[in-house]
Amino acid sequence: MSTRLYLLQRMSAMVLAPLVLIHLAVILLAVQDGLSAAEILGRTRGSLLWGGFYGLFVVAASVHGPIGLRTVIREMTPWRGRALDLTMALFGLLLLGLGLRAVAALVLP
Amino acid sequence: MLTTESPAKDADTLQVAIWRGGTEGRFQTYRVPASANQTVLDVVTWVQRYLEPALAYRFACRVGMCGSCAMTVNGRPRWTCRTHVAKVARAGRIEIAPLAKLPIVKDLVVDMTIFFEKWQRARGAFVPTATRHQPTAKVAPHSPGRRAVDAGIECINCAVCYAACDVVTWRPDYLGPAALNRAWTLLNDERDGDPDGIIAAVSDDAGCHNCHSHQSCTEHCPKQLNPTAAIAGLKRASLMALLKGGRP
Repeated sequence: MSTRLYLLQRMSAMVLAPLVLIHLAVILLAVQDGLSAAEILGRTRGSLLWGGFYGLFVVAASVHGPIGLRTVIREMTPWRGRALDLTMALFGLLLLGLGLRAVAALVLP
Repeated sequence: MLTTESPAKDADTLQVAIWRGGTEGRFQTYRVPASANQTVLDVVTWVQRYLEPALAYRFACRVGMCGSCAMTVNGRPRWTCRTHVAKVARAGRIEIAPLAKLPIVKDLVVDMTIFFEKWQRARGAFVPTATRHQPTAKVAPHSPGRRAVDAGIECINCAVCYAACDVVTWRPDYLGPAALNRAWTLLNDERDGDPDGIIAAVSDDAGCHNCHSHQSCTEHCPKQLNPTAAIAGLKRASLMALLKGGRP
């Protein structure tokens, strides 16, 4: 279990590192060019590239975040055990659901 | 014996605050003659011999081999027999406390039971593959395994790394750097008969994956070992075992 979580945490971090940098760069470029929300949606709607990019981002973040949060909670509070693991799994699903909903709003026509 | 926090009167005198009692104890201050090449253990011994016969502390070899004299000196875990006063005294003052993260028995003596139990839990006991009646194993001195063992084998079990480890503070059940370093040396020992058992032991909930690589263990180790590197090696080995279909 520990080794599997460790592997998932490291692999999701490897995926997230470049995606976060690209995400930040895109934000800076979009703001500098003064794109409106409608113009941004015009570029993202129907785009497989942006759908895939942010879909992967959301999946990696919803794997990475709960594992890290579980570690922080276990180190900083007395909370342990199945209830914590289940709560973190639900937190991951919540992140996944909210994230994919946002991606759908970005790319679906 | 001093009971106030007045500064040391002259350069020939040290003002030494020593922890007395158990967990609920307090620091008591003593005045100790300073001398050249004096170690912190010399100071404690002087106090015990001339001022405080009931002072409890632990030592054996006095030459940095046995690992029994570790204490907290000015807030930092150190082997006291090889720590010169000149290196740690601040304006003629030293504060000496028992090693952190282990239960205090009395004064400067801590109960190291949990520390050694963790060695056992990390599969720190050698599992032989031969008996004494068989020829001695020939291990190539420059083989990668032997080199990895060499890098970590000089541990003296002093628990300085354990006392310095942040993760032990946050997770008291964490196996700790010394036990994991021991497991790493056994994993690289080609004579050991149960490497899978080591991987399973160090991959459990309190095992190597909890390490944050802060490197406090490496920073404080009096033998200049690198338990952080050993733990990183265990993480790699556990990942490889998992990817090869093992059971960590």
